[in-house]
Amino acid sequence: MTVDELQQLAVKEQEEKQRYKCCINICVATGCIMCGSDRVKEALEEAVKERGLEKEVLVKGVGCLGLCSAGPMIYIEPDGIIYHKVSPEDAPAIVQGLISTPVERLICSPEMPFFKRQVKIVMENSGIIDPERIEDYIAVGGYQGLVKVLTEMSPSEVIEEVTKSGLRGRGGAGYPTGLKWSTVAKANGARKFVVCNADEGDPGAYMDRTVLESDPHRVIEGMVIAAYAVGAQQGYIYVRAEYPLAIRRLRTAIRQAERLNLLGNNILGTTFSFHIELRIGAGAFVCGEETALIASIEGKRGTPRPRPPYPAEYGLWGYPTLINNVETFANIPAIIRNGGSWFAKIGTEKSKGTKVFALAGRVVNTGLIEVPMGITLREIVFDIGGGIPEGKKFKAVQTGGPSGGCIPEQFLDLPVDYESLTKVGSIMGSGGMIVMDETSCMVDVAKFFVEFCMSESCGKCVPCRVGTSHMYELLRRITNGIATTGDLELLEELCDLVKNASLCGLGQTAPNPVLSTLRYFRHEYEAHILDKNCPAGVCAIQRLEEVPA
Amino acid sequence: MRAPIRIKTLTIDGKEVSAREGETILQVARENGIDIPTLCYLEGLEPYGACRLCLVEVKGINRLLPACITQVEEGMEVITNSERLVKYRKMILELLFSERNHTCSVCVVNGHCELQRLAQKLGVTNIRYPYRYPNLPIDATHDRFVVDHNRCVLCTRCVRVCDQIEGAHVWDVMGRGINSRIIADLNQPWGTSDVCTSCGKCVHVCPTGALFEKGKAVAEMEKRRQFLPYLTVMRGGKQ
Amino acid sequence: MPPALIERPRVAPPSDDKRWRIVEGTMRRHGYQPHALIETLHTVQETFGYIDEDAMRFVAQSLRVPLSQVYGVVTFYHFFTLKPQGEHICVVCLGTACYIKGAPQILEAIERTYGVQPGETTKDGKLSLLAARCLGACGLAPVAVFDGQVVGKLSPEDALKQIRRWENDDGR
Repeated sequence: MTVDELQQLAVKEQEEKQRYKCCINICVATGCIMCGSDRVKEALEEAVKERGLEKEVLVKGVGCLGLCSAGPMIYIEPDGIIYHKVSPEDAPAIVQGLISTPVERLICSPEMPFFKRQVKIVMENSGIIDPERIEDYIAVGGYQGLVKVLTEMSPSEVIEEVTKSGLRGRGGAGYPTGLKWSTVAKANGARKFVVCNADEGDPGAYMDRTVLESDPHRVIEGMVIAAYAVGAQQGYIYVRAEYPLAIRRLRTAIRQAERLNLLGNNILGTTFSFHIELRIGAGAFVCGEETALIASIEGKRGTPRPRPPYPAEYGLWGYPTLINNVETFANIPAIIRNGGSWFAKIGTEKSKGTKVFALAGRVVNTGLIEVPMGITLREIVFDIGGGIPEGKKFKAVQTGGPSGGCIPEQFLDLPVDYESLTKVGSIMGSGGMIVMDETSCMVDVAKFFVEFCMSESCGKCVPCRVGTSHMYELLRRITNGIATTGDLELLEELCDLVKNASLCGLGQTAPNPVLSTLRYFRHEYEAHILDKNCPAGVCAIQRLEEVPA
Repeated sequence: MRAPIRIKTLTIDGKEVSAREGETILQVARENGIDIPTLCYLEGLEPYGACRLCLVEVKGINRLLPACITQVEEGMEVITNSERLVKYRKMILELLFSERNHTCSVCVVNGHCELQRLAQKLGVTNIRYPYRYPNLPIDATHDRFVVDHNRCVLCTRCVRVCDQIEGAHVWDVMGRGINSRIIADLNQPWGTSDVCTSCGKCVHVCPTGALFEKGKAVAEMEKRRQFLPYLTVMRGGKQ
Repeated sequence: MPPALIERPRVAPPSDDKRWRIVEGTMRRHGYQPHALIETLHTVQETFGYIDEDAMRFVAQSLRVPLSQVYGVVTFYHFFTLKPQGEHICVVCLGTACYIKGAPQILEAIERTYGVQPGETTKDGKLSLLAARCLGACGLAPVAVFDGQVVGKLSPEDALKQIRRWENDDGR
C-alpha cells in the first residue's frame, strides 16, 4: 500500500458510512460485554433486519463509552443520543426510536457533567470506531500521523515535536517522553527495540485495557512512529494474560496493519521497516517495572535489576530499548497530526495534555474518564463522578494504586498534575482513582495495599521481601486490635527502610499507602491501638478476653 | 591499539582516591582500605545488588546506591558510613535474622559465618521483629553435601557460581517474595539432580550454614574460596 | 529477536499425545530460542490445563534452558499452575474497587460453603477457587468469573447461586 492508496481507502470508507442514515454504536469493551452487550448487539441486528432497515441503519460494535457502571451503553449517530442499561428486549424499541421519538427511559443525557467535563485525545475514537476494523480507524484519520512522519519529517524532527508537546510518561512516574526518545535515539546499538508496557497491574485501574480494546491501532501507530524516531526495527507489546479481549483485538490489529503494509518491511513503500510481536504476561505485578519487564520478555523470572544502566542504553538483550506505556503511545498520533504546541496548550505548565482515569469505588458514576491535567479532584469526584452514593460522607480518594496514597478532603481542590499529587504524598500513577467514604477504614485500606505489595514482591532484595511481610504483620495486629504503640513506631521505621533501601519501584513505593494514611488519618490508627476500636466498623477487633495470653 | 585507561578521581568518606574508569565504588573503597559491608556480593561472581547492605550516599543523588554495582564517576562524593546508612544496615540484618532460623549456637559454620560476623561487627544484638521461623526442609540426599533452607539468606551466590563458573545451573530460585526458595533442578532432592557435578563450589561460596559438607559438627565447617579469582581469570577476566 | 537459523536435533515429546505438536509449534515459531520459555509455557497451560514435570523437562530440553530455571519461572508467575484445575473454575476479583465493595465477603462465603481456600480445588475435583489481582472491571465491582463468564455487581448469595448451578448441571 502506498500513501495515496491509504488516502483513497479513507475516502472510500467515509463515503460508505455516509450511505447509512444512522449508526447504532454499541460498546463491546469488557465492561459492557459483561453486562451482555454482545446479546444486545445481536438483538439490535435482528430488529434492524426485521424492519428491513439494513441499508439505512448500521449496527456497530465500538469501544468504551465511559460509563461502565451503567452498561451496556449505546451511542446513536448522528443524533448524539446515549442510551444506558440496555437489554436485548429493548432492541425493537430502540430501532423504532430511530424513526419516531427516542426511548425516554433509557436515555442518559449527554449534557450530564460526566460527558461534558471530559476532554478526549486518547479516547477520541473510543465509542465511535469499530476496534476490529482497521478501515474504521483509517476513516477517522488513523495512520495519518505515520504518513506525516514518513513523508515529511526526519527522526529528530519527530522527537522535537514530542518534546515540544511536553508529554510525560503515563505509566506513573511522569518522565518526559521526548527526553526518553532522544536518549534511545542517541544510544549506540546494532539494533534497537521499542516496547509497549501494557502490563497494567494496579488493582483498580483499567485504562490501558480499555484503550487497547477500544482503539488498538492508535497504540500501534504510536509505536511505529516511535520506532521511526529512535531507529528501532523490532517492537514488543507486553500485555497481561488477564486481558484476553485486549490480546485478541491486538492480534487482529497487528495482522490488519501488516496486511496494509503499515507494519512490516518497507512500510508504505519507504525504506523503514518495523515489526511488532505480542508477549503475554503471566501474572506478576512487578513486571510493570522496566527492567523486570525486560527480563520477562527474555523469558526469565521477572526480577528487576539495579539501574543505571537504564534500558534506554542497555535494555532487551543488552540493546537500547524504548519502553513506554500504552497511554503514552496512544497520545503520539494526535501530537504528530496536530503538532506539539497544540498538545502543550492543554493542561498545566508542567503537566500537559489529558489523563485517563478509572474512576471507581464509592462514587455514583464509576467508569473511565479522560480529563485535562489541572482539573481538581473535587470536579472529578463530585461533578463527573456524581458524588458519593447513599448520602454517605466523602473520606478520601486513592490514586496510584499500591504505589500511591490516600488524599483526604482538605486537598479536594488540588489540581491533578504530577507535582501536586506527589506533594500530598500520593502519585499520579497509571490512573486508578478509588473513592472512599466513611464506611472505609483507612488502616484496612493500607493493609490491603501492603498485602498486595507483599505477595507481588519478587523476593530479590531484602528490604522489600522481608520488610513488606513484617509491615503486613504489624498492620494485621493493628486491625485486630492487638497492637501496641511500639508496633506503630516499628511500622514507621520499617516504612522508612523499605522506601529508601529497596531495589526497585515496587519496594520503594510500597510504604506510600501506609505513610499517606498515617499522615492524614493517624487518629484511625490510634483508635485501633489505644481504644481497640475501628471507627468505620470494618475491622474485626478482637475483644481482650479473646486474645490468647 | 589499546584504548587508554581513563582515571577518575573522587572522594569516599572525605578521602581523595583515584580509580580506573569502570570500577565500582565498592572495588575502589576496598582498594583504599574503606570497608563497606556486603553479603550477596562476592568477588568473581556477577554482582547482584540484592542484599542492600552496601548502599552508600552519593552527593547530589537523592537515592541510595548499591556500591557493588555503581560505577565511579569523576568528582563523585561518596559517604559510606552515615548514621542513616548504619541504621539501615542494622535493620536489614535484623530482617534477615527474623526471616528464617539462624540460631548460631547449633550451626556448623558458627564462627565462620558471614551473617554472624556482620551482626557482630555492626552490633546487632537484639531482633525487634517477630521471628517468622518457617519450617523449611533440610535436604541431605546429596552424597557429600547438605542444604538447610532454614539458614538460607537468598543471596543467590550458589545460583550464580553454579551458572557462571561451573556452568551447570543446578540451582535457581522458585516462588517469589517471602516464599522464595533455592531449588535444585525441578525442585527435586539435590541427590537426584541430573546436572550436578558435585564440584562443591556452591557450598564454599555460601555465606551461611545453608550449604555445608556432610559429617561436619557445630562450628567445624569452614568455607574455602581460593578457586574464585583463579577461575575468573580463566574465563578471560570477565566478571 | 529473529529466530536462529541453526537446525537442532528434535527432542522427543514425553508421549505420543498429539497436543505436544501444538507446543512444538510455538517453540518452532520462536526458533527454539531460550527466550520463548514463557510463551511456550503459556501454550502448555492452554493446551493441557496445567504444567507438569514431563512438560517442564520437554520444554527445558527443547529450548536448552536449565531445569531449575524453568521451575523458577513457572513458580514465579501466578498464572501458571503445576496441578490440574477443577472441572469448574471460580475466580473472585480482589482488586481495590472490588475489595472496597465487598469482595472479601464473597470469597469468605465460598470458602465456608465449599471448604476451599483461594488456589485450591475441592476434594472431588469439581471446583477450583482462585483470587485475581484485578480483572479490570472496576466499574462493576465486585466481580467474579465463573468458567470464563464474568459477572459483576455480585453479592455473596449470587456467587453461591452461580456455583450451585454447576452442581445441578452435573446432576443431569
